[in-house]
Amino acid sequence: MNRFGIFQAVLFFVYLLVQVMLFKNAVFFHTAFCFFYLGYLLRLPVETNHLALMGVGFGMGFLVDLFYDSLGLHTMACVLIMYLRPYWLSVLTPQGGYDSGAIPGVAHFSLQWFFVYAVPLVLLHHSVLFFIEAGGFDYFWLTAGKVGASILYTLLVLVMVEVLFAGRKR
Amino acid sequence: MERIFLFIYQYRAFFTFLVLELVAVWLFLQNNQYQGARFFNSANGVVAAINGFSKNMADYFSLRQTNQALAEENAMLRYELEKRNRQLENIKSVTADSAIIRQYNFVSAKVVNNSVSRFTNFLTINKGSDDGLEPGMAVISQAGVVGKIKATSRHYSVVTSVLNVDVMISGVLKRTGHFGTVQWDGSNPDYIHLKYIPRHVKPVKGDTVITSGYSGVFPEGILIGTVSDVQLSQEAPFNLVIVKLAQDFRRLAWVTVVRNRLLPELDSLELRVSNFQ
Repeated sequence: MNRFGIFQAVLFFVYLLVQVMLFKNAVFFHTAFCFFYLGYLLRLPVETNHLALMGVGFGMGFLVDLFYDSLGLHTMACVLIMYLRPYWLSVLTPQGGYDSGAIPGVAHFSLQWFFVYAVPLVLLHHSVLFFIEAGGFDYFWLTAGKVGASILYTLLVLVMVEVLFAGRKR
Repeated sequence: MERIFLFIYQYRAFFTFLVLELVAVWLFLQNNQYQGARFFNSANGVVAAINGFSKNMADYFSLRQTNQALAEENAMLRYELEKRNRQLENIKSVTADSAIIRQYNFVSAKVVNNSVSRFTNFLTINKGSDDGLEPGMAVISQAGVVGKIKATSRHYSVVTSVLNVDVMISGVLKRTGHFGTVQWDGSNPDYIHLKYIPRHVKPVKGDTVITSGYSGVFPEGILIGTVSDVQLSQEAPFNLVIVKLAQDFRRLAWVTVVRNRLLPELDSLELRVSNFQ
């Protein structure tokens, strides 16, 4: 494994631990949840192998599920967005294609591009998560509220973390 | 044959997606069966240890020992009290039966992981099968009902909280004696619903709601909460009673696990009767 691979593996566990030890307890008004670990999945390099993406999504979802006692739930949502990610990225290809090693985040692209890229995937992930957890559409407005609030919260945290850490590197 | 392999190879991403998704769905369904998935939950040693560590950071160091001692004492006193109650009941009967006197046993445990914000909430406690805990046992606190054990490992157990839209327990309006079903609606962790109280009953704000003891899991008379609102629309056959929970689930630190020694007997009797019909 090269240095980049080791860095990615360490990052995987950093995101996981921050999620289950910090953000799991930081829920606002019983509606806004932060799924910080999505940042890792969204920010894997553009040219990552499609099968590897789904494998990583499965692993991350499964480990998060162990801590949330919701076996299979996060796994389902993660595998789904990891399956759709390459198709969505190819739709959003900028003029002249992606640079090699490009990371789909605010630092490589713009804030606007990141939102266009991330919002649909995060929306899909949260919808699958909350509607399956609620066992259907019985509590539709309550669940939709949770989805909306959680999207705002998650994206805000992701952008803030990236701006903070990317700023220091460059 | 070659073309089939070529076809599968061409759409390998889709097939991988399908397989992984099916595994996830299978895991999800397994976990939702009652008492299923014994290993992959937060009673697993490593997961519980990390959860416990994260929870301990929030605890005040000096208060921990005191709390533990008090909780143990509480469990012991509760056992004594229940024993005394059974003895009093038995004074009337011809012979005192020691099995009935010692029907309930109590074990105190610390909460190492808890959630109140989701539709299906669980907590993890730091006692497991080594302390005689088994799936299905009732969990209560000093204030009132908490939930039911879902799965155990050697040193930890996962408890299905009553703040779970899938959980129903039998509750009684203490003043009138009418019983109904207690179920959470998924919105506010301070309130729970008591359903199927008939129209002619008029619950009053402040009435006490307790467990009925019908299922044999919870002892009779454990506090659930007090009535805070009653909703009765024109055409509804039943009252919808909003109950303020006695236990604030956000502050749950210590719980008591109740073990009913006579539960297998009750279950096998009821099973025999239902097989007759």
